Amino acid sequence: MADLHKLTISELTEQLASGTCTSVDIVNDVLASIDATDGKVGAYLTIDREDALAQAKAADEARAAGSQLPMLGIPVAIKDLLNVKGQPCTCSSKILEGYIAPYDATVIAKLREAGAVLLGRVNMDEFAMGSSTENAALGKTSNPWNLDHVPGGSSGGSAACVAADEAIASLGSDTGGSIRQPAAFCGCVGVKPTYGRVSRYGLTAFASSLDQIGPLTKTVKDSAILLEVLCGHDKMDSSSIEMDVPAFAKNLSNGTSLAGMKLGLPKEYFVVGMDPEVEQSVRDAVEHCKSLGAEIIDVSLPNAKYAIAVYYIIATAEASANLARFDGIRYGMRIDGKDPIELYGKTRAAGFGSEVKRRIILGTYVLSSGYYDAYYLRAQKVRTLIRDDFTEAFKQCDAILSPVTPTPAYKLGEKSDDPLKMYLDDILTTPINLAGNCALSLPCGFASNGMPIGLQIIGDAFQEETILKVGHAFEQTTEWHKKRPSL
Amino acid sequence: MSEANEGMDVGYVAHLARIDLTSEETALFQGQLNQVLQYVEQLNELDVEGVEPMAHAIPVYNVLRKDELGLSLDHADVVANAPSSSDGHIRVPKIIDQ
Repeated sequence: MADLHKLTISELTEQLASGTCTSVDIVNDVLASIDATDGKVGAYLTIDREDALAQAKAADEARAAGSQLPMLGIPVAIKDLLNVKGQPCTCSSKILEGYIAPYDATVIAKLREAGAVLLGRVNMDEFAMGSSTENAALGKTSNPWNLDHVPGGSSGGSAACVAADEAIASLGSDTGGSIRQPAAFCGCVGVKPTYGRVSRYGLTAFASSLDQIGPLTKTVKDSAILLEVLCGHDKMDSSSIEMDVPAFAKNLSNGTSLAGMKLGLPKEYFVVGMDPEVEQSVRDAVEHCKSLGAEIIDVSLPNAKYAIAVYYIIATAEASANLARFDGIRYGMRIDGKDPIELYGKTRAAGFGSEVKRRIILGTYVLSSGYYDAYYLRAQKVRTLIRDDFTEAFKQCDAILSPVTPTPAYKLGEKSDDPLKMYLDDILTTPINLAGNCALSLPCGFASNGMPIGLQIIGDAFQEETILKVGHAFEQTTEWHKKRPSL
Repeated sequence: MSEANEGMDVGYVAHLARIDLTSEETALFQGQLNQVLQYVEQLNELDVEGVEPMAHAIPVYNVLRKDELGLSLDHADVVANAPSSSDGHIRVPKIIDQ
């Protein structure tokens, strides 16, 4: 191996442009890396070897003919809830066994247009419901930094494959932290774009008012490159917004000064029960931003503490409606019954895992007659209060700094029997999905047990450029993102 | 939320959601979900009188587009995904018993 798999999108693009390597070389290297380590990591569900090499060959030919597309020849792994025409899309669920996607998700079409090589499909919590990738029916994924630990979730495979150098970049989705939390647990960069920035067409819906697709990469600059490709209005998703996409990558200056930038520190985000090493690493990161010229100010997000309660009402309510389509009629598994009702009940009993069943039942309950006002309507009102907190905070600062998670990655099995305990870990990420703004996670340290720690940079709606700028300046002046796990 | 204190009848709600649970699952979920419902009780601490409910995050309403002809999914690809089909149709169990 020529170690091309260890490089970034921007480094490989330079090499491809100067002719020192080809896309076929890169894909071969990444495939060799998968062969060497994925037996331990378990990030991939399916790998499209022949197809990936054919795409790489086509990319090399396009480059020879003068193409300079932004992702030309770069292999990307795809979370298994995005439809790729002609391929399975299991969402890590038994209920979708045998399903072959009849179309490309918009982000997949955009990746193809940008020249990317679709490498394979990576593991996740079933229907993106979970924070550890342990709710996966079709595979087990470990954290590349310590195989006894969870990779985070639900985009656990997307984070693990990038951290393990088994992909140059990947796509994930984030409904309550599902890009940022695994990025933090695995020591890579992840972006949850503003709601409406990226089309959700072809993303298997979990909670439609919260879901966003985003990049997981090795550097902030790579996230900027990939994000720019993914964003944009799409007539197939009426919630995608008609707004110009900034030149995220080009506008990322090489300057490392944060002078003139006001960064907010929410006191409510340093909660009791936070791991002291996480708190210290994040406070050190805040000091570092100060040393780069940023002004640090205190901000308040008083209703953030209600985010978990609001999230698990709204997300499950939306999920109960979205997952009604998995009924054994049009695709996937079917267990026959004497009538349609029996068929639905048996099929969904056999096809869904425990966490998905729990969430559908909870969502059905909070929407049911007599409980709607008490739960769903009230949660929607508190959601407004959480959003208003951010609106107020962003009147005082350009971006907000916080931890991504209260603890580093924990051991496999440690929380899998206690749903509420697992839910509480999302306390620092769910408020952003509820408010709909954007946030980035990047490495800012390591715990004494060697597990990575993430810094969350939260931006106002449609201010991705600001959080990328802060993250890039931080990354240019620290070494955390250069550390790799030894596998 | 006073009704919530009585907890939900998991077996009944699962039936509404068309998921046949085993008795073990029903008992397990009953405990776990009542714990979650107790946790969300904290939303009652807040005064939400006069607060607008928020259904989604962006100020976009009633998005319309022109009704134009376009490509649809390939019929054969779609039917191929059905667990049971014949002659280009998806087969389902009988609904009306006549």
